[in-house]
Amino acid sequence: MDGPRASITSSSPYGRGGNAMFTLIEPDRTREVAARVEAGRVLLSADALREGLGWELHEGTLCNESMCVPLRAGSRLGEGGVFDLGEIAATLDRPLAVDVDARAAFLGTSAGERAQALGSLVAPDFTLPDLASQPHTLSSYRGKKVFLVAWASW
Amino acid sequence: MWQALYEELRDRNFVVIAVALDKSPDDARPWIEKAAPTYPALIDTQHVVADLYNIVNVPTALWIDERGRIVRPNDVVFGTDTFKHVTELESARPLAAVRAWARGETTGFAASEARALQMLPTALDQQARAEFGLAEWLSRQGRADAAERHFVRAGELAPHDFTIRRGSMPIRGIDPMGPQFREMIQAWGAAGRSYYLPLPDTRG
Repeated sequence: MDGPRASITSSSPYGRGGNAMFTLIEPDRTREVAARVEAGRVLLSADALREGLGWELHEGTLCNESMCVPLRAGSRLGEGGVFDLGEIAATLDRPLAVDVDARAAFLGTSAGERAQALGSLVAPDFTLPDLASQPHTLSSYRGKKVFLVAWASW
Repeated sequence: MWQALYEELRDRNFVVIAVALDKSPDDARPWIEKAAPTYPALIDTQHVVADLYNIVNVPTALWIDERGRIVRPNDVVFGTDTFKHVTELESARPLAAVRAWARGETTGFAASEARALQMLPTALDQQARAEFGLAEWLSRQGRADAAERHFVRAGELAPHDFTIRRGSMPIRGIDPMGPQFREMIQAWGAAGRSYYLPLPDTRG
């Protein structure tokens, strides 16, 4: 991308100042994206969707650099240049939790993806810190039998 | 917690990896320091492992073989019998099973059996985890009221997920051993539901 877009023209559906930043949290990263909130819906422009989240509408499919997902039957995603975050999540079959007051949302992992991964019996990989903040990665213990135990102080 | 087991079996190419589903390292620290583990004792404040493995309560243990395959899915395994009078789950049999597996005397479940024993997450489970993830982020931003709404919503979506319903209590300033927890457990039992979900051969 060449850099920040020029200010939005008066013919835009948003108008100046309509697109404050919205925080989109995912399991592996958190990003800010320009969006407006209208009647509880979080709406992005095509530019914000592409620049902020890396997704583009292309011939009836929603694509990022590694995959394309067909729109749901009857989907109006992208009509009038408007992209509803909820419809994006539904298209990706991913769960979305939204707090419009806090201008933040969490886009999680689909049950289908999790179920498929677990059903393969390949232990999902992860990296987490110890008390000394040293990272440990499960797959680095390949070659050993691992007894993985989740616990808590509660 | 698991140090004795680890020391006994480490030269059998066996490792314990403990993951604390706690709101901060400080909550887990006293327990870890007391156990003085020489195996990895990791901190998972965002419940990443709960999401990846569909873990809905603690303690939950699973076995992963040398090729990185799950050979025994999520089970309830206590390190001691300290809570046996409450849980009605003894520690001896599951620990004996781990030893036998580590020593190569048994091999864990065949793939079809392991799959049959897995509880796979539903769309509601994942929606609950998204609400929990948002709530956890909001609480870190200092937005306690907003966080509370989403913690409550998460618990409504997945009432069986105690990593959410009980695990969120410390973040929300609720005593996870106190009256709200006891009320939650009583209601759960009254509805005929089990707080712990051991595998059939653990339940006995």
